[in-house]
Amino acid sequence: MCDTCGCNVTHGNQHLIAPGGKLHKTKQGSEALSVLKNLLSENDRLAAHNREHIDRHGVFTVNLMSSPGAGKTSLLEASVDALSDRYRIAVIEGDLETENDAQRIRSRGVEAVQITTGSACHLDAHMVHDALHQLKLDDIDILFIENVGNLVCPASFDLGQHRNVTLLSVPEGDDKPSKYPVMFRAADLVALTKVDLLPVLDDFSTQRACDNLRALANAAPVLELSVKQKDTMESWCDWLDQEVEHYRQHCQRGETLRPRIQPDGARLHAAST
Amino acid sequence: MHELSICQALIDQVEALAREQRARRVLLLVVGVGPLSGVEARLLKQAYPVAAAGTLAEGAELDIEDCPVRVHCRTCGEDSDATANRLLCAFCGDWQTDLVSGDELVLTRVEFLREQAYV
Repeated sequence: MCDTCGCNVTHGNQHLIAPGGKLHKTKQGSEALSVLKNLLSENDRLAAHNREHIDRHGVFTVNLMSSPGAGKTSLLEASVDALSDRYRIAVIEGDLETENDAQRIRSRGVEAVQITTGSACHLDAHMVHDALHQLKLDDIDILFIENVGNLVCPASFDLGQHRNVTLLSVPEGDDKPSKYPVMFRAADLVALTKVDLLPVLDDFSTQRACDNLRALANAAPVLELSVKQKDTMESWCDWLDQEVEHYRQHCQRGETLRPRIQPDGARLHAAST
Repeated sequence: MHELSICQALIDQVEALAREQRARRVLLLVVGVGPLSGVEARLLKQAYPVAAAGTLAEGAELDIEDCPVRVHCRTCGEDSDATANRLLCAFCGDWQTDLVSGDELVLTRVEFLREQAYV
């Protein structure tokens, strides 16, 4: 959404700022100014800059988000093993304290830039911007950004990525989409991970997890993955192949790709002009 | 989550507007927050005085308006109220909906006193 054309205002919320609406009031003696400022606009501005930067080099960029321990780094390791014969991969690792995850990736011969966030519980566009300048983007086909393990904050920050992938490891429970709607609404793909454990988990239903995701009006594909069962990784690699192809077609037309949560703003923008 | 940094962004925007308008003091800020913005209104309220201290907005009231979750159904075309984790059409029950309200995090209104009023 932007702040200049009024596309923040939809027919669902315009009553709030209309005369007589509950946001339209003035204290005695003062003047009032109606504004529509998205409070994350500084981050969004820098995210747009990041997206332009990576698009110039044609790097398909995926933001991986999940709880701590859901298997983001393991999925990346398995992805490097499965895909490094056809794609040049690099990783930006977000972590509170350690370089452990970056070292796991580097041990597979893939470049990894570590962002140590200290006590910050999410990556923002500024941190990713600095990390991008440490990478030779011309030598990269796919860039994975491993966000800080957290199902809350990372969902609210655009980094400049093209796709959001949210992992849900099956021991966490099938109601996670209902508990963290902001996160799961933002997902372009939901990866159920550690599905090799399903036989011993009698309370996880893939169908219920899907239903909870659909209840967020999200049509994103749901994949069942286990890095311990190599055949399950095919669907993930197929999805990446499709998305990379899709991205390259967009790049050729001078366009970009945005995560699914963004098209709402673009659609509303189109409707308001 | 990151309510303090959001408050700082809010104050930055309010100060820029206040300078533009030659405001002497800001009295009231109105911010619309939807449940799907990922921001907790209560925490925003707590963080606000810290961010406002020493700025033109110091002492200004922060009014937070909850924006309702509403969806537009792609199947039947109706609009209806929904909840943050059940964005289903209340008329036909379909999940193929678009959010029309509920993810806002917007500064909608600023009230201020102008410099000239005191000259």
